[in-house]
Amino acid sequence: MDKWKDNKAWFLVIPVFILVAFSAIIPLMTVVNYSVQDIFGPGNRLFVGTEWFKETLSDTRLHDALGRQLLFSGLVLLIEMPLGILIALMMPKKGWASSLSLVLIALPLLIPWNVIGTIWIIFTRPDIGLLGAAINGMGVAFDHTNSAGQAWITLMLMEVWHWTPLVALLAFAGLRAIPEAYFQAAKIDGASTWATFWYIQLPKMRGVLTIALLLRFMDSFLIYAEPFVLTGGGPGNTTTFLSIYLVKIAVGQFDLGPAAAFSLIYFLIILLFCWLFYQVLLNVGKGEKTS
Amino acid sequence: MKKRTIAFIIYLVLLMLPIYWMFNMSLQTNADIMGSFNLYPKNITFSNYMNIFTDSAWYNGYINSIIYVSMNMVISLAVALPAAYAFSRYNFIGDKQIFFWLLTNRMAPAAVFLLPFFQLYSTVGLIDTHIAVALAHCLFNVPLSVWILEGFMSGVPREIDETAFIDGYKFPRFFLTIFLPLIKSGIGVTAFFCFMFSWVELLFARTLTVTNAKPIAAIMTRTVSSSGLDWGLLAAAGILTIVPGALVIYFVRNNLAKGFAMGRV
Repeated sequence: MDKWKDNKAWFLVIPVFILVAFSAIIPLMTVVNYSVQDIFGPGNRLFVGTEWFKETLSDTRLHDALGRQLLFSGLVLLIEMPLGILIALMMPKKGWASSLSLVLIALPLLIPWNVIGTIWIIFTRPDIGLLGAAINGMGVAFDHTNSAGQAWITLMLMEVWHWTPLVALLAFAGLRAIPEAYFQAAKIDGASTWATFWYIQLPKMRGVLTIALLLRFMDSFLIYAEPFVLTGGGPGNTTTFLSIYLVKIAVGQFDLGPAAAFSLIYFLIILLFCWLFYQVLLNVGKGEKTS
Repeated sequence: MKKRTIAFIIYLVLLMLPIYWMFNMSLQTNADIMGSFNLYPKNITFSNYMNIFTDSAWYNGYINSIIYVSMNMVISLAVALPAAYAFSRYNFIGDKQIFFWLLTNRMAPAAVFLLPFFQLYSTVGLIDTHIAVALAHCLFNVPLSVWILEGFMSGVPREIDETAFIDGYKFPRFFLTIFLPLIKSGIGVTAFFCFMFSWVELLFARTLTVTNAKPIAAIMTRTVSSSGLDWGLLAAAGILTIVPGALVIYFVRNNLAKGFAMGRV
């Protein structure tokens, strides 16, 4: 059945529109305004056109940060998606065990992001941290504040620890939605566990998994607080991701013009991904209705 | 089946280990932490927690966080409920575009909005107030709420609306007395996600506050970056930030998985 056509429904949307416009459109206009001016102080500014954009686009540190960001997001997806599905398959399906594991798995998602960083500082310190001390005890010198490689490993561990539960919960919800009859049919046909997974569970989870994939991509692309607390973007610049770099320019150096230009480029990249995301979501919805 | 259970239990243990470690630290004095390596606290002390509960600079951080998170939850739900109804029931000019536009705000990098937010709220004189943070968090929580609620509302058959209107119900009365009770669990799940994202957010909360509305998360980063690092105190503060989240999860546990799938968050 089609939805009712009525433009009066706009009245219901107006409060949301005003609220979000206040906190999205006005600030965005300010950014656009900054991005074309050189600001020396209040009332002392110069129109510079597209200069900041040119400068930002040719900034090699920005290129490096973008490269690191893409590598980071790519690794996150490669590790978290299969792991999340695996965990969802292992989760107890009913009873108190199911409730308990849901609560425990969701716990990391409810911890403030900077506290996540703090937890991992404490956990990986070579002197007082369980993990840091354990690795050093095995004879490997481990200190993520000194080595870029180890900083990356620690960050990835933290990221996987923090966000795999989201993938697992989504996949679990997808699994629960599969009617029991499918499994009975598979059993009668003598399908192996693997065949059941490949031909029934995985295709049926396609919708939620697409969502998980895209969300993990977006959120890892915007990551700020956790690496900021854990590594501060270092050692050197080796874990400086896009958001960290942007905040450095905007708040640290107070270079409003370049920061604004950077913001707009960053936002456009996100907008592009958002649009792709939205298209995929719409098509996923259609696929489920027809099948 | 057996192997699967064991693997799952190992995963849960690994998942809890970092949190346990922080809890372990929070029950020791700094001297004990630095002095020897303990897998469990040898002399359990609650002095770190007492410090936090008696120092207003610390406990005000929690109060501030809870105030703006609650404000944000109320505002988000109040505006998102009617809008989600409109999106789930009606076709109107620009509906798809507006929905997409809302979505982009959920995905926008907070860092982009940082500077203009500071300017905007300075201009209207809201810096260092709870409402400023609550409004800033609406940027991502309102779109999210609309999104989740739309999913739940679309699950309610439209015959119910039609019958009620034929019976002579006016929209506000129908919405409040018939429709809302039907999506109770959806509202609960939405409130949970608003709570979650407002509670964990740091960047806006830190930038828009100075002293009066400073959230606990920001007070903690200040402690990390500045002085001689009292690990026990820091760990206790961290543990206390987990408690409200754990309580909230407990209340929505039965709808959690469904909410995650519906809210697509």
